[in-house]
Order: sequence, then C-alpha cells, then structure tokens
Amino acid sequence: MVQDLGLLKESASQTAGPYVHIGTAPNFLGTTGVYPEDLGISMVNDKTRGERITITGRIIDGTGTPLRDALIEIWQADSGGLYNSPTETRGAADPNFTGWGRTPCDFTTGVFTFETVKPGATPYPDRRMQAPHVTFWIVARGINLGLNTRMYFPDEEKANAEDPVLKRIEHQNRVPTLIAKKDGSTYTFDIHLQGDNETIFFDI
Amino acid sequence: MHNIKPETGGFFPRDRNWHPKAYTPDYKTSVVRSPQKALISFPNTVGEITGPMFGHDLLGELDDDLIYNYAKPGESAIGERIIVYGKVLDERGRGIPGVLVEFWQANAAGRYRHRNEGYLAPLDPNFGGCGRTISGEDGSYRFRTVKPGPYPWPNGVNDWRPSHIHFSIFGTGFAQRLITQMYFEGDPLIWQCPIVRTINDEAAIKQLTAALDMANTIPMDARAYKFDIVLRGRRSTLFENRMEGN
Ligand SMILES: [Fe+2]
Repeated sequence: MVQDLGLLKESASQTAGPYVHIGTAPNFLGTTGVYPEDLGISMVNDKTRGERITITGRIIDGTGTPLRDALIEIWQADSGGLYNSPTETRGAADPNFTGWGRTPCDFTTGVFTFETVKPGATPYPDRRMQAPHVTFWIVARGINLGLNTRMYFPDEEKANAEDPVLKRIEHQNRVPTLIAKKDGSTYTFDIHLQGDNETIFFDI
Repeated sequence: MHNIKPETGGFFPRDRNWHPKAYTPDYKTSVVRSPQKALISFPNTVGEITGPMFGHDLLGELDDDLIYNYAKPGESAIGERIIVYGKVLDERGRGIPGVLVEFWQANAAGRYRHRNEGYLAPLDPNFGGCGRTISGEDGSYRFRTVKPGPYPWPNGVNDWRPSHIHFSIFGTGFAQRLITQMYFEGDPLIWQCPIVRTINDEAAIKQLTAALDMANTIPMDARAYKFDIVLRGRRSTLFENRMEGN
C-alpha cells in the first residue's frame, strides 16, 4: 500500500447534443428576453487595436455534409500576442479585445463567421515563437468530447515554417489542413472531421 | 474579487479512456462525426493555460432561476421544483472561484424549446430552459429549476434519454473547457442510454449522477440535488525549469 494522492477525476464529457443553442446562444435561436445578448458574439469594438479580419468556414462530416447544429468557440491572442485573461502573466492585453468568440453554425448553410483581429505571435514553453494562430473548440451532436484545433494564416509562411507545433507533426502533408485560405481580409477555414483531408485535431 | 493570484501552470493531461471515445457506433451520429486519425499532442502553451473569464455584472437577477426567468409575471414553470447545487472543483479537489457555468434542459414533459425539436409533448409557455451562474469563492454554484422529463430520440427504434441537464463549464484556462450532462439518482434509463454508455467506466457515469440531498431541500418548496463538477487540475511549479542560458 502507498499513500493516496487524493486526486479527483475530471468529469467525463457528454455530447452537447442538437440543442446546444438553448443554453449558449438563446437569442440566435429566437428565445429572447432571458439574456440581453448571446455571449461571445462580439470580440471587437471601435477601439480594438490591430488588423481587422473575418474568419469563416464550415465543419464537414465524413459524408461531405456540413454540420448545421454545431457550436464553435475560438480563443486567440490580441494583435500584440497577449491573451485577455487573468492567467496571462506576460502583460496586459488590449482591453478592447476579448480574445474569445462563440457562434453556432448557420441552421441552413452550416457557415460560421467571426469578426476579429489578426493575433500576434505567442511563445512556446521553450520560448521559441509560435506563428499567429486561433484556437478552435468544436462541440455538436455526435461529438462526445469537444474537438480542439488551430487555424494558422497563409500569409505567415515564414513563421509557420518555424512554428513548434506545426513542426512536431509527423505527417507534414497534413499541415495544410490547419492553414486558412485568404481572400482580402477574409480567411476561410473549413474543418473536415473525417476523410482524406481530415483536419488535424489536438490533444491539449 | 480574488486576493490570491491565480495558478498559471499547465494542465494534467486528459484521461481519454475515462472520457467517451469519439467513435461510439451505438450513438449513431458519432460515426461520421468522429475524427479517425490520432490526435496530435503538444505541451500547454499560453493559449491553453489562459482562458476567458466573466464578471458577475454579466448576470441578470433571474439567470439562475429557470422557474421564473422565462415566465410571465405572476406565473411560473410547471414541474417538480428542484435546486441543483454543488462545486466546481479541480482534480486536486480545490474549488475554482469565478467561473461561468451555463445549463440548459427540456421542460418537465421532456420537450425542448428549440426549432428542430419534434417531440409531441407540450411546450410550457413559462419555461425557456436556459440558465447560468458564476461560481463563488469556494467554487460553489446553485440554481433553481424544474426536473426535466425523459424524452425519446431518433437513434434506435425506442431510445429514451434519461432526465438530464446539459452543463457548459469554463475554467480558468481554455484547455479546461467542458460540456457534459447531469443525471438524476435512481433513474433506470441511465444505464440503457446509448449516449450515457459512450462512457466506458461505470465510475465516470456515477460521477455524472447527482444525488438527492434531503438535507438541503427547502421544505414545502423544492428538493435538492448535489452535483459537483471536476475540471482538469494544474501542475504546480514546485521547481521552476529554466532553459540553459536564460
Ligand atoms: Fe438533452
């Protein structure tokens, strides 16, 4: 016998189900009057520093069908590379940028859209720099545990080539699944749950 | 609000044998929505260690009272009145203060207020089905609601969900983000449910089952169910590692 470490187990995940909107985006659903607005719908305001961008895309299942009942959250650094969070120890982030966005996919098209700013670079634990990126968290009916991935920027080729996370991916031919397509200030990031182009998902 | 500096260490790895796997064919929708390639691991960086936090000014007066937050003045939701309470803890057993907890559920008849819902049970005009709160200094939270009814769902020919409340919990770091469901002690549907049974470990299912707590009922008003939620713990930095030359 040895001493008990006294640790608890993390509560097991269960799917968000098809009705995730009720709890996380009731106004989007049409249930008004409970919350003044849905959380996470605006990340920026007039005073936010940095380059304004739009991130859009769809989540596509193994049959090629876009998910129309998924919920996506994104989390990212501000234009200076700082996170707006009490656990950010490197300095104060732009107070006019939340860094966190949340939206359901469109009920008809499955398209999601975020209005945000391009994030700055952030450090890896060994102090190398990570290329600018946006963290994605995806929940939906049929997804038992939220999926984590990252969106990188196609116009950051040099930084992407040095990114410590991208570099540790064994099958480098999969790296393009993490890189958005750029058209003006709009970045399109389609997420494939399965298939030849299955997006890389992370265990963080 | 907090005098103690928040912990900023990396998180304990997730136990992916404790959580449900992605591919669980008895829950049919998972078949085409489950990634098939291995997840890529990397050590927590600042983007995983940090996360959004929400202030108490977010909360409306009735956000934690589903019996009244959608009801017309002078009316209330129909159903068994209950209080759900507990703590948001980390894996070290410490309460996590100041984190947002959101919840949603069907009404007492098992019907959701949702455009895609097809169950024939009636809507309750006084029940919206959503609520939220922020944990206190010791991680505690509570809300009042009606007990949701079980409902049938299209999976097998005759699959019914046990009564359950959906929970969305934020921690202090984005890697703690969790959505789960709370079940009710004594419900025979728990062990028959294909969604519950995506979890392989019986102990993990019991951990999601709230206990009836008669010591915390409000006599002549509402019964209480206790439901603690555990989020990933942070490694403590007993010794700081420094790269050579720094
Ligand atoms: Fe449900």
